[in-house]
Amino acid sequence: MNKLTRRDMLRSGAAAGSAVIASWLATPHAQAATGSLLPPPVTSGQFSYFTEAEIVFLDAVVARLIPADELGPGAKEAKVPFFIDQQMAGAFGRGETWYMQGPWKQGTPQQGYQLKLTPAQLYRVGIRDTDDHCRRSLGNKTFAELTAADQDKLLTGLEKGDIELAGAPAKEFFDMLWQNTNEGYFADPMYGGNRNFAGWKLVGFPGPRYNYVSEIEQYGKPYTEPFVGLTGRSGVPAGKG
Amino acid sequence: MRSGWLKGTVAVAGGLALLPMAGLALAQGTAFSTAERGHYLATAGDCAACHTADGGKPYAGGRPVPTPFGTIYSTNITPDPDTGIGKWTEADFYRAMHQGLDDEGNHLYPAFPYPSYTKIGADDVRALKAYLDTLPAVKQENKPPELPWPLSMRVVMSGWNTLYFHEGTYATDPNKSAQWNRGAYLVEGLGHCGACHTPRNFLGASKKDDRLEGGYGEHWYAMNLTGDLRDGLGAWSSQDIVEYLKTGSNTKAAAAGPMAEVVRNSTQHLSDGDLVAIATYLKDIPADQGKREDKTVKVDDKVASHGAALYLDNCAGCHMNNGEGLANVFPPLKADAAVQAGEPATILHAIIGGANVVATRAKPTGLAMPAFGWKLSDEEIADLATYIRNAWGNRASVVSTDQVADARKEITQSVSQSGPPSGSQSQSASK
Amino acid sequence: MATKQKPVDVVLVGFGWTASILAQELTDAGLEVLAIERGRYRDTVPDFATTHIQDELKYAVRKGLFEEPERETLTFRNSIDQTALPMRHLGSFNPGSGVGGAGIHWNGQNWRFLPTDFKIRSHTEQRYGKKFIPADMTIQDWGVTYEELEPYYDKWEYVCGISGQAGNIQGKIQPGGNPFEGPRTRGYPLPPLKRSAATVKFEQAATEAGFKPFPCAAANTSQPYKNPYGVQMGECTYCGFCEWFACGNYSKASPQTTILPVLLRKGNFSYRTNCDVTRVNLDGSGKRATGVNYVDLQGREFEQPAQLVILCAFAQHNVHLLLLSKIGQPYDPVANQGVTGRNYAYQITSSVNVFTDEVMNPFMGAGALGQAIDEFNGDNFDHGPAGFIGGGYIALWTTGGRPILQQHGLPQGTPKWGGAWKKAMHENYLKSASIATHGSVMSYRGSYLDLDPTYRDVYGNPLLRLTFDYHDNEIKMSKFVTDKAALIAKAMKPRSIKTNYREGHYSIVPYQTTHNTGGAAMGDDPKTSVVNRYLQSWDVSNVFVMGSSVFPQNAGYNPTGTVGALAYWAADAIKKMYLKAPGPLVQV
Repeated sequence: MNKLTRRDMLRSGAAAGSAVIASWLATPHAQAATGSLLPPPVTSGQFSYFTEAEIVFLDAVVARLIPADELGPGAKEAKVPFFIDQQMAGAFGRGETWYMQGPWKQGTPQQGYQLKLTPAQLYRVGIRDTDDHCRRSLGNKTFAELTAADQDKLLTGLEKGDIELAGAPAKEFFDMLWQNTNEGYFADPMYGGNRNFAGWKLVGFPGPRYNYVSEIEQYGKPYTEPFVGLTGRSGVPAGKG
Repeated sequence: MRSGWLKGTVAVAGGLALLPMAGLALAQGTAFSTAERGHYLATAGDCAACHTADGGKPYAGGRPVPTPFGTIYSTNITPDPDTGIGKWTEADFYRAMHQGLDDEGNHLYPAFPYPSYTKIGADDVRALKAYLDTLPAVKQENKPPELPWPLSMRVVMSGWNTLYFHEGTYATDPNKSAQWNRGAYLVEGLGHCGACHTPRNFLGASKKDDRLEGGYGEHWYAMNLTGDLRDGLGAWSSQDIVEYLKTGSNTKAAAAGPMAEVVRNSTQHLSDGDLVAIATYLKDIPADQGKREDKTVKVDDKVASHGAALYLDNCAGCHMNNGEGLANVFPPLKADAAVQAGEPATILHAIIGGANVVATRAKPTGLAMPAFGWKLSDEEIADLATYIRNAWGNRASVVSTDQVADARKEITQSVSQSGPPSGSQSQSASK
Repeated sequence: MATKQKPVDVVLVGFGWTASILAQELTDAGLEVLAIERGRYRDTVPDFATTHIQDELKYAVRKGLFEEPERETLTFRNSIDQTALPMRHLGSFNPGSGVGGAGIHWNGQNWRFLPTDFKIRSHTEQRYGKKFIPADMTIQDWGVTYEELEPYYDKWEYVCGISGQAGNIQGKIQPGGNPFEGPRTRGYPLPPLKRSAATVKFEQAATEAGFKPFPCAAANTSQPYKNPYGVQMGECTYCGFCEWFACGNYSKASPQTTILPVLLRKGNFSYRTNCDVTRVNLDGSGKRATGVNYVDLQGREFEQPAQLVILCAFAQHNVHLLLLSKIGQPYDPVANQGVTGRNYAYQITSSVNVFTDEVMNPFMGAGALGQAIDEFNGDNFDHGPAGFIGGGYIALWTTGGRPILQQHGLPQGTPKWGGAWKKAMHENYLKSASIATHGSVMSYRGSYLDLDPTYRDVYGNPLLRLTFDYHDNEIKMSKFVTDKAALIAKAMKPRSIKTNYREGHYSIVPYQTTHNTGGAAMGDDPKTSVVNRYLQSWDVSNVFVMGSSVFPQNAGYNPTGTVGALAYWAADAIKKMYLKAPGPLVQV
């Protein structure tokens, strides 16, 4: 029988097998005035996972996926590469909640993600292989050095799976790139992206508000309260380190 | 220096749940045996709250009661002959309740509210003793109080008593109804409401002239119970008071601070007649016209708009945009007495540490307000509290950043003092 | 060697909705009840507090409140000729974990099944003839009728504080309600929720198109409410963070907000968290359960003896436990024998996006704020010409407009990324809505659950294996209903619409619904069901199985209302019959 890994125990966090005999509950005490219930704050702009070359790649990719234009900042200006970096450095990047036992087989599209790579590994391999592909077949240039039109063509090739990457399926890599870019553009600014509410301002999503009791029946009336995130109205991460 | 004896959370031990409560169902004004009557009276006086330590045996004492002067530990009042009051006669017990003296004639410290209990009639004291005699005897030595010299010398209390203690059983007022008198007897005596709800002087004595106009109980401000319309019970009906004490909430307020414990262990078990009596008495106390000048408070525009923004972003989800809350679910902040209290401790405590409404038989839900202390800075909380205290027609003093910082310190201290919730008994699965 | 614990009367596997209901009912009967939950304890404050809960990335995208595949997942394949592979991350469905289970993160969309749903086989044969049912479609009658369940639907609705407009009170059709619903004794405890802009437009359009729209019944309170247990709830403030999030202001029905405040105070109830039940233990005869085995976080194994074992875990997990514990003969689709694992079903959904001229403010919403029509559900219309069995409701829900995952589609032809995509997002986010179809899925010989031969969980047990696909019947039905939805969409006079049919194979990747049903079907015949009409195992009479595991096939409605009603029904059977005479409640 497989033993639970130490990681399981640590990650679950709670006391082992706590048995609570319910009785008339006594005075609940003041909740922890000190414990934050938000995720740990991102580092103040300092990348934790990606290398310089990888950041250059990501800057270029996200700028094509969601470009800056007359409507407002794009994903690069919204600091989406930093968001992705912080995600890769954390539990999601490590694929911590995923079932990562073998055997590893290629499945049908309906069976979903079957790669042995965690998201962080997928980025490392995908970025390296995409740049390699570009160098080999597009005039010894990295992705970032291509023209915008060529970049779009390359991304479409990845998206459709027309391009063969050495270490990872192109389609899965593109899906992850797009998924995380979309997340980074629209997630709460405390995660490092959506800087100054760039994404929310583009579409008109006001942020986490808890009361629309009077507004919901004011049909057709735009909502005009200032944008807000879970850490306030600043639009930048708390940066308390 | 803040007045108020009961600093620090006085959480009730889960042990109280083990006490036989069945007899209280009879507490509807019918005649019953002395010990059962004593049980009822002990509930009214909430004796177990102080005399039971967290996780300790009922009435065996050992609860630390922090005072401005030092920590005093409650005593063992189980019938144990060596460590409890098993050897005490009825007269000994009466002297303790009535004069603040132990069986050897030593002074007791008024952390034990004998200045209130002196009002209790002899029959009731006898019944209380009869009830205490039925409790299981627990062998537990009393801890000596941690007071600096010369306060550590009990004889010092003699002087304090001369200045501040007025011995004497409650005297019926012939001009008032029986119900009013019963209410006065409970409020001023067993209920010892003034122990928190009356302000104290620098020596820790209740200021008789400001009776029930508000005081401190464990970092929360115990509100003004006189008839002031803004921060007292002026806008409350008699029925409001009864509902609050019996169920833990009404359309105007919810018991979530130290009153949560009082409602849970004491007032929700009182007879309807006694609750109405208490309400009758309280409603008859006029506001002190002289004291409460309705000074117009000046709130800085920047503070007001900052506070309004914070309110919308953080509070409106439950307390609603108009500050009216939800009847009987989330207390209103508009025209609310606790919000407009003379001291902002209560509102600060709620914002910083959250609040858990008492779960009673009538209202078992135990609705809770989350803590915001980790989310908002001192300045944000000061502006928010100032805004709430002056919005929707409210008027109360401005809250400073320093006041918030002080409140934070006290709340963190009280959390660490009290330890894990005493009701839940976590057991390792490997027993 | 498992450490033996002190015996209890009843052990409940899991501590979500059905366990809370069973615990509340059986402790009232004086029994000593213990619930064993694999997740952690959670309560409104602090776990769902308004201070942090509206975090789309954490909860909706990273699935913060759900079970983690690393600890529990299944393998999946469309058909028996494929190799099933693990569902490595959650996609199509989001089972819960922790006290309250999925009951904390549902939307609150609450329905009763139709009277004909409970008799689908006999009714279909009677109306359309035996040949109308395809040979490999294994639908069957439930063994219980709508009329028998009606009082328990009522009880559930009053415990939850459902906000709605009744359509049929004791046979009398009520204006403004669902005219197709089964007769109810009385109306809902609360009036319907406030109306959002998009639902108003849908109502107008549906009426013009000749249908009878009604407000959807919601487990989101429209007013402060006190339920029959005395537990108080707040009032929904339309914050738009309902499904996949938990409610921060006590206005969504969940175990925490409706039952636990009174249950947790009872001296004869206890629970254990972070403990995973791995087996139901049987005695030598195999006909009687002696209790369960469970493992705590440190990997220590315990044996919990009990007189009565009730499986209250999420749908397929109950089936997994039955298979691991060898209760009921495992279903073999090739030999067409056995029962445990048989008749797995799901839900087939589709949508029509509507792009409007006016601002819709989609971010204002509630989990069950919607308008629906039911003309095309169940057997509410003549299926003869249609050539399929089943149907679904058509509803415009305004549950929210969370920007990462929940913006309501983009017009036909919009690229998936880039400048044009950005422009389309800008122009359409505020001015869009979605009409959803929510269709039934029948049972088939080839849709089933069994144990995987290759992949294991953290305890070394074989994972559950799911073999399932949409059949022609469902695809055809879904297209039919989607076309009706498109009719209404056009009648809303929008700028444009985009119809998204459900096509091709069932995929485990995109989220659809968490409405997994079957595997422990209830019925009258032990040859085709795992439990009898009282949810009692035919094979082991002191084991009961709760949840949608017992649905013999799935109807065109969200399952939770029926799950709740069945739990109260089973609890009543246990209290009134089983406790008086323990043993099989149905003789065959």
